[in-house]
Amino acid sequence: MKIGKGWYALFTAPLMIVFMIVVVIPFIIGIGYSFFEWDGLAKHAATFVGFRNYGEVFKDQQFLNATVRTTIFTLITVVTVNLFGIIFALVVTTKLKVRNVARTMLFMPYLIGGLILGYIWKSVFQEFFLSIDWGNWLTDPVKSIVAMVVVTTWQLAGYVMIVYITGIMAIPADVLEAAQVDGASYMQTLFRVKFPMLMPSFTICLFLSLSNCFKIYDVNISLTGVGPNYQSEMFSLNIYNEIFSLSNFGYGQAKAIIFFLIIAIITLIQVSITKKREVAL
Amino acid sequence: MLYYSKPLKTVLNVLTVLFCVIYLFPIYLILTNSFKSRAEMYENMVALPSSFSLQYYSSALEKMNFFTSLKNSLILTIVSIAIIVIFASMTAWMFVRSKNKLSVILFDLLVATMLIPFQTIMMPLMQEMNWIGNNLGIQMTDTIPGLLFMYLGFGAGMGVFLYHGFVSSIPVSLEEAATIDGCNTWKTFWRIVFPMLKPTTMTVIILDVIWIWNDYLLPSLTLKSTANRTIPISTAKFFGQYTISWNEAMAALVVTIIPVVIFYLACQKYIVEGVAAGAVKG
Repeated sequence: MKIGKGWYALFTAPLMIVFMIVVVIPFIIGIGYSFFEWDGLAKHAATFVGFRNYGEVFKDQQFLNATVRTTIFTLITVVTVNLFGIIFALVVTTKLKVRNVARTMLFMPYLIGGLILGYIWKSVFQEFFLSIDWGNWLTDPVKSIVAMVVVTTWQLAGYVMIVYITGIMAIPADVLEAAQVDGASYMQTLFRVKFPMLMPSFTICLFLSLSNCFKIYDVNISLTGVGPNYQSEMFSLNIYNEIFSLSNFGYGQAKAIIFFLIIAIITLIQVSITKKREVAL
Repeated sequence: MLYYSKPLKTVLNVLTVLFCVIYLFPIYLILTNSFKSRAEMYENMVALPSSFSLQYYSSALEKMNFFTSLKNSLILTIVSIAIIVIFASMTAWMFVRSKNKLSVILFDLLVATMLIPFQTIMMPLMQEMNWIGNNLGIQMTDTIPGLLFMYLGFGAGMGVFLYHGFVSSIPVSLEEAATIDGCNTWKTFWRIVFPMLKPTTMTVIILDVIWIWNDYLLPSLTLKSTANRTIPISTAKFFGQYTISWNEAMAALVVTIIPVVIFYLACQKYIVEGVAAGAVKG
């Protein structure tokens, strides 16, 4: 089919121009900013400092703490999200009468945004726990992280459940029948037949939850905030505060670029694993 | 399939429902306590309310400026998604049908930038938008149209990516027939191609509703005036500004999740399909 240049421009140029202005240009300027020291005020000049901002990052104890905290949080939450997600998916793909009601209820939290979820759970971890004398979890350095794990699991378990359901439904019935004819028990079918066939779903969910957890921001601000002594501050919130609260625009932007690199590495690993597996199948 | 005896089945059904109810306990907590008086709430938070008082609802609605925020959120979500669907489908179709180098490069660029977390570009984006406001006289920050523009840019990557995959799978012969019958490119796209893209359009709509409706960080950076607040922003302001009366706060939370629940119950099938498709392809 022959399409003229004019039509080509008319169909693609509007979106491409907006995309360049909103995503590409800020990304490039952002890399530039990370080499300067600047307080964000137009009347103050920015000073070029080379890679110094990137070097400072390794001496910034508050930032290093936030990084370690976010990593620990992410590792724990990825496990709990996928564990609950797969159990939920197995339950709602049985022939139980209540399976559809259960699916509806378990998926619902995902649709409520992280910010609102954080506030909803604040009423549990703060007001409800105080009323039954369990103390306020959100002011405790360890328990506030546990609270974030609970809320994020609550949010994402229903999400990954949907992906696992799709995977389970795609397992051919004859494979399961063959296992049954051969006298496999429920557990044997689960571990020897279903799980190996769910490997593509595992990969997808693992990385979805990994990058989602590492980027946690909304739940962080609504549920705990930075907390006393920044004890609950996560990576994203640290970047936000560095730029918009402390006005270290250049230094904060260097952190933002590091954040991008981490997310990019996680995603690229995922893509290469998914590609390899597709070839293997 | 496994064989379950009848009593075991009943027990499993009951256990599953019981678990789901406990799972949604936070929702129960905010719902019941929003009707109680302050004293009644702190006496026993788990008990059902003895009377249904709506006083906290009316004060919460007023303090949050709820109906203004609802209107802003609705306009923002609906218009953003409409323009994302229109421009992303046009662009993706053109990329697939005219196989030139530029299309390949632009498509790869769109997909690659999906990796960039918002935090990485938020500060330079705000600088750029302020610059446009100061130097070109087009107010981009603190206006709904400015935010619509930004959502179009951020939604471009995933939109084009999803449409691109689908267009590649539909045969070109119908479009050729339409061209022979005298349709120009514009008509061919809107009369023949766009209706065929409906499954992808549903996926894009669902994924973007979940994203834009709940988005907090981007609107919180641009929309500063009270009149422009969206639901997440006015909720955050509500929790930040007042010494929280928890009954009122819970009433506010119940009100904010009502639109989500209505949307969910009305389009559950599409939502589940859309989320699954988005997760697998994204």
